[in-house]
Amino acid sequence: MIDRNDPYFWADLLDTILKGAGETFYTVGVSLLLTVLFGLAAGVLLVTTEAHGLLARPLGSRALGVAVNRVLDVVVNIGRSIPFIILMILLIPFTRLLVGSFIGPTAAIVPLAIAGIPFFARLVEIGIREVPKGLVEAAQSLGATRWTILTKVLVAEAVPALALGLSTTVVGLIGYSAMVGAVGGGGLGDVAFRYGYQRYSPEYMFAVVILLILLVQLFQSLGNFAARRLSHR
Amino acid sequence: MISVSRVVKSYGSGAAQVRALDDVTMSVKKGEVFGVVGQSGAGKSTLIRTINALEQPDSGTVHVGGRDMTKLAGRELRQARHDIGMIFQHFNLLSGRTVRANVELSLEITGAGRAQRRTRALEILELVDLRGKADAYPAQLSGGQKQRVGIARALASNPSVLLSDEATSALDPDTTRQILDLIRQLSKDLGLTVLLITHEMDVVKRICDSAAVMSQGRILEHGSVEKLLTTEKSLLGQALFPLGDIPPTSNAVVEITFTGMATDRPVIAQLARQHGIDVGILGAAVETIHGRQTGRTRLELPGDERTVSGAVADLRSQGLYVEVIK
Repeated sequence: MIDRNDPYFWADLLDTILKGAGETFYTVGVSLLLTVLFGLAAGVLLVTTEAHGLLARPLGSRALGVAVNRVLDVVVNIGRSIPFIILMILLIPFTRLLVGSFIGPTAAIVPLAIAGIPFFARLVEIGIREVPKGLVEAAQSLGATRWTILTKVLVAEAVPALALGLSTTVVGLIGYSAMVGAVGGGGLGDVAFRYGYQRYSPEYMFAVVILLILLVQLFQSLGNFAARRLSHR
Repeated sequence: MISVSRVVKSYGSGAAQVRALDDVTMSVKKGEVFGVVGQSGAGKSTLIRTINALEQPDSGTVHVGGRDMTKLAGRELRQARHDIGMIFQHFNLLSGRTVRANVELSLEITGAGRAQRRTRALEILELVDLRGKADAYPAQLSGGQKQRVGIARALASNPSVLLSDEATSALDPDTTRQILDLIRQLSKDLGLTVLLITHEMDVVKRICDSAAVMSQGRILEHGSVEKLLTTEKSLLGQALFPLGDIPPTSNAVVEITFTGMATDRPVIAQLARQHGIDVGILGAAVETIHGRQTGRTRLELPGDERTVSGAVADLRSQGLYVEVIK
């Protein structure tokens, strides 16, 4: 139990929360970066390697296109179907191998990114699918390369949808990061768990909850704003 | 300029197989506006898409400016496409780019530098009368304006061929006329060869030098519009000048097709006077084709065989196209 009457109580609370928030930003930030990188690639491949897709025949082989599509689809589904708390535990040996430890903010990045990638990949897939096929055809008629079509048509036209998907992903990652925190990943989840729950301090608990609510609001609004600004439909 | 030879293209397999193109042969001369008309599902769309190899035929060849499009791939194919612009029914503009940036896409693809892209984009927008909208987004434009952007994008890289895939089918009649006139004008000014597909006879009437009628993957007629109009039992002629069913009569029935000057002459009055026939008019249709009055009249000619054949011979000697229906 933390002594609420301690003259340093609020100063300590602020320190702890700020440190936790810093760790959360770090974990979520890095895992978001990885999520966007791999999730975007996976999402784009999921759509384009389908029959009649832009990359239906990578390196001239339809069999390769089918294989990439099937494998990605299954992997993404597996990633999406394992509850995060179990995924986190399952990944401990892998995390250890990669980072050397499974405790701390850096170790937390691994399960976060692995949960985030398939999630974002599906959102990217939806966004890219919304791009009218006629646009691809128009670019082809102009003699565009597949890379140009990919970047300047498919991804560029999906940008508003991607911005919304990104904010949804950030919100999800913040939620997951609190879960990792509770089992040794640091960050705001760690603060809420150790101070708020184990040491019975409602002040710590509420402070974390309020901060999380503010963060989620902020990122969702940013995403909505960006999507609105970027969309000219 | 464009020559399609014995092209076959099927979709599906087994019993569900559909022949979208069934041994299609046709050619488009340099600088002419050529229209392919037909119902939806006739294979027009597949045909136009084989011209720039968006669609590969099962067999046959497609030559554009001497290159066999069916044999090209990779860089060669992309370069060949730079020389063939295409416009679409639904415009297919990028919603996230301004009008100018949409036109510039075409130049980014051909590898033009930034300054050159900008100059050329504005120049071509001027040509389609949209310079004032350069910084607008497609969503802020009307259908006709969007199609103008489509045309500007297609022509930015100076192609010698323009393909039009039902480009006016989503537009209202007034806008359709404006866009058609623009295409006609550009084809004249830039020496463009235009191949368009449409299900609207009006389009052929307004801008086409030559036309083909397509149905179930086959080309039924093919030639200059004027020649098709004066061809016996021409589908194009019948579609352009619908005269309805022939009423029951024991007299001879003939159809006269007028083109150009002949419309100014009092043909029927002359017939009545010189041959003493009480000419009956069963139907008539007049259209302006390329700015020339063209029409078809169905006449009933009472009288014996000799009188009628004399009258027909006389009409023909005046340079009129006469078809004896019964």
